[in-house]
Amino acid sequence: MPDGIQRSMLKVSDAYVSFGALHALIGVSLEIRPGEILAIIGPNGAGKTTLINVISGVYHPSPGQVFFEGEERTFMSPHHVAALGIARTFQNVALFKGMTTLDNLLVGRHLLMRSGLFASGCYWRWGQKEEIINREAVEDIIDFLEIEAIRKTPAGMLPYGMQKRVELGRALAAKPKLLLLDEPMAGMNLEEKEDIARFILDANEEWGVTIALIEHDMGVVMDISDRIVVLDYGRKIADGTPNEIRDNPEVIKAYLGAHGKK
Amino acid sequence: MTMENVREDARGNTLPKLLLSRQTRKEAGRVAIREKDFGIWQSYTWEEYWRQVRRFAAGLATLGFKRGDTLGIIGDNRPQLYWAEVAAMCLGGIPVPMYQDAIEKELQYIIEHSNARIVVAEDQEQVDKMLALKEQVPAIGIVIYDDPKGMRSYDHTHIKAFTQVQEMGIEFEKLNPGYVEREVEKVQPDDIALIAYTSGTTGNPKGVVLTHSNLITNARSLSAMEDHRPTDQIMAYLPMAWIGDGVLSVAMFLNTGFTVNCPEDPSTVRRDMREIGPTLLICPPRIWENIISMVQVKMDDAWWPIRKTYDYFLDVATEAVKLESAKKPVPLSLKILRSIGKVVAIGPLRDNLGLSKTRYAYTAGAAIGPEVFRFFRAIGVNLKQIYGLTETSAMCTYQPDDDVKLDTVGKPCVGVEIRISDQGEVLIKSPGVFQGYYKNPEATDETLEDGWLHTGDAGIIDKAGHLKIIDRAKDVSIMATGTIFAPQYIENKLKFSQFIKEAVTLGQSKDYVAAMINIDAETVGNWAERRGIGFTSYTDLSQKPEIYELIHEEVNKVNGLLFEEEQLRGAQIKRFLILHKELDPDDAEITRTRKVRRRFVAEKYEKLINALYSDQDRVKVEAVITYEDGRQATIRANLAIRDVEIKE
Repeated sequence: MPDGIQRSMLKVSDAYVSFGALHALIGVSLEIRPGEILAIIGPNGAGKTTLINVISGVYHPSPGQVFFEGEERTFMSPHHVAALGIARTFQNVALFKGMTTLDNLLVGRHLLMRSGLFASGCYWRWGQKEEIINREAVEDIIDFLEIEAIRKTPAGMLPYGMQKRVELGRALAAKPKLLLLDEPMAGMNLEEKEDIARFILDANEEWGVTIALIEHDMGVVMDISDRIVVLDYGRKIADGTPNEIRDNPEVIKAYLGAHGKK
Repeated sequence: MTMENVREDARGNTLPKLLLSRQTRKEAGRVAIREKDFGIWQSYTWEEYWRQVRRFAAGLATLGFKRGDTLGIIGDNRPQLYWAEVAAMCLGGIPVPMYQDAIEKELQYIIEHSNARIVVAEDQEQVDKMLALKEQVPAIGIVIYDDPKGMRSYDHTHIKAFTQVQEMGIEFEKLNPGYVEREVEKVQPDDIALIAYTSGTTGNPKGVVLTHSNLITNARSLSAMEDHRPTDQIMAYLPMAWIGDGVLSVAMFLNTGFTVNCPEDPSTVRRDMREIGPTLLICPPRIWENIISMVQVKMDDAWWPIRKTYDYFLDVATEAVKLESAKKPVPLSLKILRSIGKVVAIGPLRDNLGLSKTRYAYTAGAAIGPEVFRFFRAIGVNLKQIYGLTETSAMCTYQPDDDVKLDTVGKPCVGVEIRISDQGEVLIKSPGVFQGYYKNPEATDETLEDGWLHTGDAGIIDKAGHLKIIDRAKDVSIMATGTIFAPQYIENKLKFSQFIKEAVTLGQSKDYVAAMINIDAETVGNWAERRGIGFTSYTDLSQKPEIYELIHEEVNKVNGLLFEEEQLRGAQIKRFLILHKELDPDDAEITRTRKVRRRFVAEKYEKLINALYSDQDRVKVEAVITYEDGRQATIRANLAIRDVEIKE
């Protein structure tokens, strides 16, 4: 930050999450700063998804605290978190398969809609106006993600890469301040990965969305993120810029074993 | 309308003047151009069209663009790009549209050759290309972009948004009211209106110089023959650099006053077309062939009663069309069956393809298979062949509604003279014939002789006065056995198969004809999938024995057709192989308009060709392929060669 004041958008402090005897997070603290792209990496089972779940209110850390924009909200439920402006996508695609791309995106706008069943059913005055506003916002996203051709295609009929893209669109539709992406590029080929990486960068630059993402492809992570947090067996082992992380011996050890070379 | 009228009419008229007169008439409030954007068809009236053009023209003037300057244009069909094109014309400048998927080397040549200092690019992708080029071609002064997506973080010293240029134009007009109108007045009919760079089967692209009167007379002579109306709807989806689009979406558009519709995205063309229901349509044969392949694939997957119904009524309609084109009476029973078919199968199909309102459909650019042609005539689309070159401002022949023949390109349009040279080459003289190649007098002298244009096509004129194109004049040759060898003729027959995408036949001075075939990845892939044949890649699929069997069958069919034609009986295909990669414009094997570059292919695949003319049954190959960004990769394969039985 230019003036040296490190105002964080979201802060997790000393969080522990256990499932029975399994300790998924052990005293993890992290900060997400406004406007940055933060990557969370680590080997399988390191606790990355658990951490995202803690941030989005699916799990509550105990002990531990979560702050968003300066206020503590450790025990909020996921829909309250969403209302605050935190949207997420899932590791396994979670779209409404029978609904079209367009409808899936409109669902993402749900939190921003005010009119009730009656008003929107009559499609009159405010109900109509609201629908138009929301449709415009959704069309913006369709244009942004270049998915015009599949606007009216049921999500279940789309190829996997496209479903991931629609899911990203649905999260963006909620106009989030903070976007959590759980492996947005898993199972994609190089071209699809490049596309998604470009969308993530554009969303960050053009729309000013702060992004935290989990990703395994180191090439992508090093290229697009401002900062990287590394988890291993539930502990945070490193935190820094891509260059710092690349040379960090702890990280090399976690990824390549004790005798690994970079 | 006589030619004198047409010519008289065009005199004193330029494309910008046509626009100016349109927007002052009663019809100024009618829709001139539409674009699907954000899911909605956004319409612009003639009045609005002129306003946008005027503002952009004034903006260009602020940037120092003046009479005789060239304006590069690159991107998909967007109203903004058409406005830019017309705006350049308004100032007496010359638009130079470029193919949006052209590789850097081609673009660099065109920009340097035409000396375009300002380039209008559609989006980030095209701007990136131009900025990369700028390092080698410092002459590029300013790049103007239409779509602002992703452009925010760019250094804006050398790039400007389309709207920004228009705003500069508004300021400029405040200081110089009526400036653009005055410039329009200065433009003369014999001024250059457009330089269209041809994709060129050999060497560097050549800039075809066309004047306002070239374009206008040509548009008028076709519109005078056919009933083109201001209420017509056309789709602008073919590359703006293709002269067909230049004539249709600019010259004929301004002349007739119909509505141009720009699709949302290249991938949505088919759906957008269905929404618009174009009444007037031009497609190269490739697109018509694609539509048939698509229908066939979907029908193969359809429930059997639907498939049977479709097959039955399509046969009925095809039968009727065959009788009609042979000018024989159609029996009543067939007529009745055809009407039933129209309701239950053919009508819905046409609607599905977005062709139900189409009054005129044209095919141009290359020869079309009679089977493709018959299919569309059978489903009630008034498909006609027209013939023309970039050098003739596109079309110079047409088929009258009551005289459509499957294997000809029709009669000359009004004012067009056609004759066949002693070497069998088609020569054309018409008011649409170009002024010459830009900065290339040698090539001009080779092509233009006493006002006659040497088309380079071999053709004949039949008894009814219809022109029939056989092949490229330079490609027609004689086999060692004395038989005429017209490669494209045989290739087109092969390509009608839904499984064959591209084919190259060989036979010049040889004892027999051999073929190298490209399978159609989509249909063959689908065919293989339904039969449980697994494959990993295009190369792997192409070399499956089952696929060889499948293609063998298709080659047999073509040999059967060739056997029926006495002169070509000796040109049946004796050996063939399936290529391991698709012929690709990026590898310079075919042009962007998908014409095979024979000499290049003959050199590149020399090893394969030698194997085809030996007794080998396999040949190893290693090929370097080029991606759009210029990176290269190598494919290795061991291709099988098949012998085919020849009918005697």
